Amino acid sequence: MRIKLTLIALCFAMVAMLAGCGEPQEKKLVLGVAGAHSGDLASYGLPSVNAAKLVAAKINAAGGVNGMMVEVVAQDDQCKPELATNAATKMVSDDVKIVLGHICSGATKSALPIYLDGKIVVMSPSATNPPLTQSGEYPNFFRTIAPDDAQALLEVEFAKKLGLTKIAVIHDKGDYGKGFASFCKQFIEADPAVEVVLFEGVTPGAVDYSAVVQKIKGSGADGVIFGGYHPEASKIVTGMRKKDLVIPFLSDDGVKDDTFIKVAGKYAEGVYATGPKDLSSLPMNQEAVKAHKDEYGEDPGPFFSQAYAAAQALLAAVEAADSTDYDKVVDALHNNYVETAVGKIKFDSKGDAEGVGFSVYQVKDGKYTEVK
Amino acid sequence: MEYFLELFLGGLTRGSIYALIALGYTMVYGIIELINFAHGEIYMIGAFTGLIVAGLLTMYGFPGISILAIALICAIIWSAAYGFTIEKVAYKPLRGAPRLSPLISAIGMSIFLQNYVMLAQTSDFLPFPELVPEFEFMKGAGSIMSSSELVIIAMTVLSCIGLTLFIKFTKLGKAMRATAQNRKMAMLVGINVDMVISATFVIGSSLAAVGGVLIASHIGQINYYIGFIAGIKAFTAAVLGGIGSIPGAMLGALVLGLTEAFATGYVSSDYEDVFAFCLLVLILIFRPSGIMGKEKTQKV
Repeated sequence: MRIKLTLIALCFAMVAMLAGCGEPQEKKLVLGVAGAHSGDLASYGLPSVNAAKLVAAKINAAGGVNGMMVEVVAQDDQCKPELATNAATKMVSDDVKIVLGHICSGATKSALPIYLDGKIVVMSPSATNPPLTQSGEYPNFFRTIAPDDAQALLEVEFAKKLGLTKIAVIHDKGDYGKGFASFCKQFIEADPAVEVVLFEGVTPGAVDYSAVVQKIKGSGADGVIFGGYHPEASKIVTGMRKKDLVIPFLSDDGVKDDTFIKVAGKYAEGVYATGPKDLSSLPMNQEAVKAHKDEYGEDPGPFFSQAYAAAQALLAAVEAADSTDYDKVVDALHNNYVETAVGKIKFDSKGDAEGVGFSVYQVKDGKYTEVK
Repeated sequence: MEYFLELFLGGLTRGSIYALIALGYTMVYGIIELINFAHGEIYMIGAFTGLIVAGLLTMYGFPGISILAIALICAIIWSAAYGFTIEKVAYKPLRGAPRLSPLISAIGMSIFLQNYVMLAQTSDFLPFPELVPEFEFMKGAGSIMSSSELVIIAMTVLSCIGLTLFIKFTKLGKAMRATAQNRKMAMLVGINVDMVISATFVIGSSLAAVGGVLIASHIGQINYYIGFIAGIKAFTAAVLGGIGSIPGAMLGALVLGLTEAFATGYVSSDYEDVFAFCLLVLILIFRPSGIMGKEKTQKV
């Protein structure tokens, strides 16, 4: 009984504290940060909170945005859609105008309608599900990471550049691999100059893939695109090379992994794989990573650079719009280039960042080297 | 025609591997009517032993073909030791128990061995060196069949012939047949049944080890999980051919390998497993004891 009473008292205390936060105050710009800050996916969400705090501290030190001090308010959704709607409702009721988040595609999708009704600009550092932007339903949604299909588009464009015309598309039947392969197929079919001569899934873990290799050979393909992870990719490449089938092999960021080179050995030479752009040479990114190390004493976690860039882009848009008015901020995001931790970006009409994305890498002398 | 031939040879290779593993299942079942689910893990342990030995020998600069031979022998010895021990630890104490108990014990053993190898080695995929040297005369035909595939098929044929001769003509083989027919009677005529059962495990494990080293060298990678799928497929092959029968296991394995290869080649690799298991269901409907199995009335 006593514990219950204590809990109730604690709840009241917390509500009172939150009410205190909600008081209208001049000269303050609240940057909401939503995502998984606890639970098993917290490692993906917490770096974005750190990023937002670092950006806010840097901008506050330089006098704030249009004279307003930036304050970071975090809302946890644990990457769960039902908690994400709660977080979004809280943001709306607190009159937050710009939100950095959410982290997971599913949670983002469930929260977006609430933000749209409340005219809140949302920018995710990590939700890659393509329809979030491409469906056109959420003009208030932006992201600083390339969607899943951008990788497939780059892959197909690169295949065309290599002069391939008949492409065998193979996948591992999984969500990620098959999704990637389906996008590739769709982009290849959109161009009459190239065709898909084979579209098939292999069973991960099967004893060998010689039948599939023979099928690729029989299809007359002059190149292979594979969607999936490195164990299957290395088995297929090894099988192909052993059967004297020396045609280009292209794959995705599930294969752009050093384990692939280790396992496939000499057969890995010449394999192409797309992967996220290397950000380490960007000065702004170096600065962000250094700030993180200075403040928290360790290397930043996943999506830190994307979150840092999102915070920069959002605050820059507010500054350019000279207000937090929804239409003006959205206009600024679409029209103004900003220098961020992921490079110089602005957002296309759908809300995807232009200028971020993937690069093509090739295995040369046992190392992935970027293909310029 | 060439395409057909290529698929046929690919299916033959795959079937050979299944056969090497399936023989272990079928022999153990024939003697003590136990499905040894840890058999796939013996295959995996054979492959790992081959990797470690081959690594050591390469370090000391042994020539190619001797590495293959020594790795195979070491893998056979080590896997046989595992097979022997598993029987003593997990099955022998349960010999009088209801049939479900040793079956569960087998599944437990399988999971234990997987995790043991995962912890002792790594959960990553590891590269496996090519132990079978490229043959000179294969250079031109390499696009149809590689030398490692040829070696796999040849080794399987040799193992099968050797095993058949062994069971037909040696004293131990005779004792095995007698034990399979009736364990109690075999005991009464003075056959050391425990020894026969151990020998069965040792022979089955050796064959699986050969399969493990050869297939790992063929596809070039291993990890702790490879025994699971190979084991399931080989078990299917044994049931398909009629579990308990040695020629049945070989036939079942070849039928399964060829079915998978042709299903992939002429339909789609999406349906590889669908066709394989449809075949299993069909055969079990029309011949419940498998292709070469003997009808036996049994109280269940």
